[in-house]
Amino acid sequence: MAMASAPSTTRAPARWQDFLQLLKPRVMSLVVFTALTGLVCADRAISPVLAGVAILCIAVGAGASGALNMWWDADIDAKMRRTRGRPVPAGRVQGADALALGVILSLFSVMLMGMAANWFAAGLLAFTIFFYAVIYTMWLKRWTTQNIVIGGLAGALPPVIGWAAATGSAPLNAWLLCLIIFMWTPPHFWALSLYTSEDYAKAGVPMMPVVRGAASTRRQIWIYSLLLVPVCLAPAATGLGGPYYLAVAGGGGAVFLLLAWRLLRSKAGEAADPRNDDGLYDVRAGARDARNLFAFSILYLALLFATLLAEHLLGVIPLELV
Amino acid sequence: MSDPARESETEAKARRGRNVALAVGLALFVILVFVVTLVKLGGNVIQRPF
Repeated sequence: MAMASAPSTTRAPARWQDFLQLLKPRVMSLVVFTALTGLVCADRAISPVLAGVAILCIAVGAGASGALNMWWDADIDAKMRRTRGRPVPAGRVQGADALALGVILSLFSVMLMGMAANWFAAGLLAFTIFFYAVIYTMWLKRWTTQNIVIGGLAGALPPVIGWAAATGSAPLNAWLLCLIIFMWTPPHFWALSLYTSEDYAKAGVPMMPVVRGAASTRRQIWIYSLLLVPVCLAPAATGLGGPYYLAVAGGGGAVFLLLAWRLLRSKAGEAADPRNDDGLYDVRAGARDARNLFAFSILYLALLFATLLAEHLLGVIPLELV
Repeated sequence: MSDPARESETEAKARRGRNVALAVGLALFVILVFVVTLVKLGGNVIQRPF
């Protein structure tokens, strides 16, 4: 069973901040940002009130799936340094309460989205919550090394929901935003897991470096990076991105490839060889390369979406190179 | 759930905090539904057959 057992009565009582923490506010802020970009890029006049409510629904829906994730994963969260302080494994919130919060907020966010925007957007939001909480959390995460690749779809859908909230449809350009986040997820997460794989191994989560090894992970990061950059350039050819976007996507893409290449050539994620005095230094140097790519990947995605957002808000005419 | 008669000062404070947060959340939700209704109906609210 994956669910958390009831905490002992000697633990600290649950504060409202613990319930807020169940909603993963940091993930929520990223979701709000990408969903807002999708909504603005749709270039459709929509009441600011309804737009705000739609974004709120997407944020609450993301929070609800975070609570469901923390309910189900309490056992593995308790084994990992990064997550053992979360409210359920720490015993501050009971698993059943996290489940109840997740289910109630899911229902409220989807119903309100349907009422305020449209039922197509509400359906997409419901699918995203289901995909993250059931397909990724309950199934893929503990079963396959492709967990974050396929599961990344849940994190990639918010701009499509934002677009759908504004227009009631999801054209090619909306799915292009989704594809950017989808292709960005593997190099981003695998770079992180290269220097946190011990934690995942302890918890029995089949992350790529744990199962296939560090060298294979670094190769796959490189391949995904090669695929990611052209995908990021594509909006400049489909009438979505303008000249500033093209410059950011191109320049940032070059830096991304450089960092991914350095990571490929490094020894990131490999255990130190005790017979070699330089081993420890090599591993440290490799971890630095993985950290560099991880940190830059966040900046790159933020810059891409911020540039698109700014161009559409300021009325910059998009390029149509094709 | 702890017995209110036996709970400590910390537990009582945490419970009050949770109750206030829930009340604020519910109030915001009601206001939100009200505002969404006004915006969705707009001026059409007075165009009724009676």
